[in-house]
Amino acid sequence: MKKVYSDAAAALDGLLFDGMTIAAGGFGLCGIPELLIAAIRDNGVKNLTIASNNAGVDDFGLGLLLQTRQVKKMISSYVGENAEFMRQYLSGELELEFNPQGTLAERMRAGGAGIPGFYTRTGVGTVIAEGKELKEFDGETYVLERGLVTDLAIVKAWKGDDMGNLVYRKTARNFNPPAATCGKVCVAEVEEIVPRGSLDPDMIHTPGIYVHRIIQGRHEKRIENRTVRAA
Amino acid sequence: MPWDRNQMAARAAQELQDGTCVNLGIGIPTLVSNYIPDGVDVTLQSENGMLGMGPFPTEDAVDPDLINAGKQTITELARTSYFDSATSFGMIRGGKIAMAILGAMEVSETGDLANWMIPGKLVKGMGGAMDLVAGVGRVVVIMDHANKAGESKLLKECTLPLTGKGVVNRVITGLGVFDVVPGGLKVVELAPDVTMDDVKKLTEATLVA
Repeated sequence: MKKVYSDAAAALDGLLFDGMTIAAGGFGLCGIPELLIAAIRDNGVKNLTIASNNAGVDDFGLGLLLQTRQVKKMISSYVGENAEFMRQYLSGELELEFNPQGTLAERMRAGGAGIPGFYTRTGVGTVIAEGKELKEFDGETYVLERGLVTDLAIVKAWKGDDMGNLVYRKTARNFNPPAATCGKVCVAEVEEIVPRGSLDPDMIHTPGIYVHRIIQGRHEKRIENRTVRAA
Repeated sequence: MPWDRNQMAARAAQELQDGTCVNLGIGIPTLVSNYIPDGVDVTLQSENGMLGMGPFPTEDAVDPDLINAGKQTITELARTSYFDSATSFGMIRGGKIAMAILGAMEVSETGDLANWMIPGKLVKGMGGAMDLVAGVGRVVVIMDHANKAGESKLLKECTLPLTGKGVVNRVITGLGVFDVVPGGLKVVELAPDVTMDDVKKLTEATLVA
């Protein structure tokens, strides 16, 4: 099966539909699938539910899909860097489901691993646990959270091969590996597609079984909060 | 004189135990890393997927693939490891991180913590704070003792949505150091020239001996 596509639009061809759910990798603007997000905007698909730790900034990342009102609902842990997000949420135009960051990551991991639910201490005694099953284990209270399976996962890696094997770089790994596993279909964008055999099999972060389509492209890799010390 | 934010961070750094992994929150807690005592070796965890966080980079070493949980550019160390978010919160939820030092809007006398949401106003999200306070060994809060209107942030009960219930062990404010104990908050230490009367005036929570 050929997994390598020419560009983001080609890789998404036939996968997008109104009302679908999408899991997206990335943390802040680090390691986000920026080419696939731009292609989803250009496609115009609407009423999206997107599970992503953050929602980008106004003019980059998932913020692009908020600008065009393609998003119906976000499932996120932190959206503080996006003024348009706040405006749409506070005016009731956008649904928001806050998940604690570790719960969101585990929901993706569990969904991808065939686990429909798991118990966690995180959020017990807070609004996050309201309406969810509580269960006591060894004298401690835990809340039931659901595994997450989405119609599509979009992720960004550093390098990949034609089998879909992926390697991430530094903290750009973040949500990409769990997101890759929880999509019924996963499309990956990488900085470089390398010849089969040139990735060390012991060093592959996401095995190709999770990745259905892959593209190579040029990434802006915008820095959200450039902080430096004197030389 | 009450402690300023750097002095609060320096006091919080005294909490660090040699040979442990700790997580520092955004804001004043980030400053704690400037005051790690000599002879204390700690490994800083950044919940976006890194153990062994180094200092901010020089201009020529900025790397967009290397940031901390506050989205600031940082550097790696010889000890550094990287991992994905599920693994990161596995080590947090699994109790492998000895301590978290984080900021707060309100803390109650029973150790409830509110630091993520002001209904109808501020919608930012909890990020990793709920997982951290539920999972790490010890939770230390650094915050102002009172808000700008002079109202206590150490309360009998939190008024804002909670981040965690009964999770705080110790609070460091400009006025001193307070432990959550049965019955209320115990004064462990006062900042220089701060009196118990100063503390009582600005504290709604029950103070116990």
